[in-house]
Amino acid sequence: MDRIPILKLGDALLVTIQVDMHDRLAMALEEDLTAKIAATHARGVLIDISALEIVDSFIGRMLDNIAAVSRVLDAETVVVGMRPAVAITLVELGLSLAGVKTALNVERGMTLIEDRIHADAVDRGDLDDRPDE
Amino acid sequence: MLTRSIGEISMTVLTSNTIEIRSGDDVVRVRQEVRSRAVESGFSLVDQTKIVTAASEIARNTLDYGEGGTLLIERLEEVGRRGVRLTFEDQGPGISDIERALTDGYTSGGGLGLGLGGAKRLANEFHIQSQPGKGTRVTIIRWK
Repeated sequence: MDRIPILKLGDALLVTIQVDMHDRLAMALEEDLTAKIAATHARGVLIDISALEIVDSFIGRMLDNIAAVSRVLDAETVVVGMRPAVAITLVELGLSLAGVKTALNVERGMTLIEDRIHADAVDRGDLDDRPDE
Repeated sequence: MLTRSIGEISMTVLTSNTIEIRSGDDVVRVRQEVRSRAVESGFSLVDQTKIVTAASEIARNTLDYGEGGTLLIERLEEVGRRGVRLTFEDQGPGISDIERALTDGYTSGGGLGLGLGGAKRLANEFHIQSQPGKGTRVTIIRWK
């Protein structure tokens, strides 16, 4: 069976969906991504859907699931590149993708993820230049 | 919601073709065929996307809950407008409570329960007939 390739990009994983999403393919992607997040300790997942001509409730649910599972594994999911016609249709369909962060393109999505990694590092004190008490 | 019955007005069927829905691959094919017919009817990109998404939702219902079935795709023309009519038919277990099946969030499977209600919102006309034990027929029309 075909699989959607997952690329490692620094601390993030990049998935570019370029084929018409088959239900089985969507489920395989969910599993593959989860395994890859655990294996690579990725902090972010970028899913580029700019080639997708539709997002129906099944694919929407897949995106929601991936975001939820990633979050549990301490990785942030950003869906990028949604076509305007797809966005209009999704909202009318009743899907808001409330649990999924979105960005207009890969670059902006990557910035979101980098910001988060940076903020976490500051929280931990890794990047804090104040002297320890 | 517009629920005028089909056939009362003069309407021409320009083309028609039937697709079997027996597997996940067929659902993908349904999307491609519906897209082509919508393009031929001069639909805008948003209208294409809406009818293809609605078709995807209903085709999956036909496959998952109706045990597979068929889709009849027709390109319509009536005075001043063109449209695409999709008729999904299955001989599955049928739906006992249609109102409930159309409610967002209701699902008998593992889905989000947006399929039928969502498809209804994406179409201009929506009809559903179902008889428990006999099957289900869903018809939608989207006009350009």
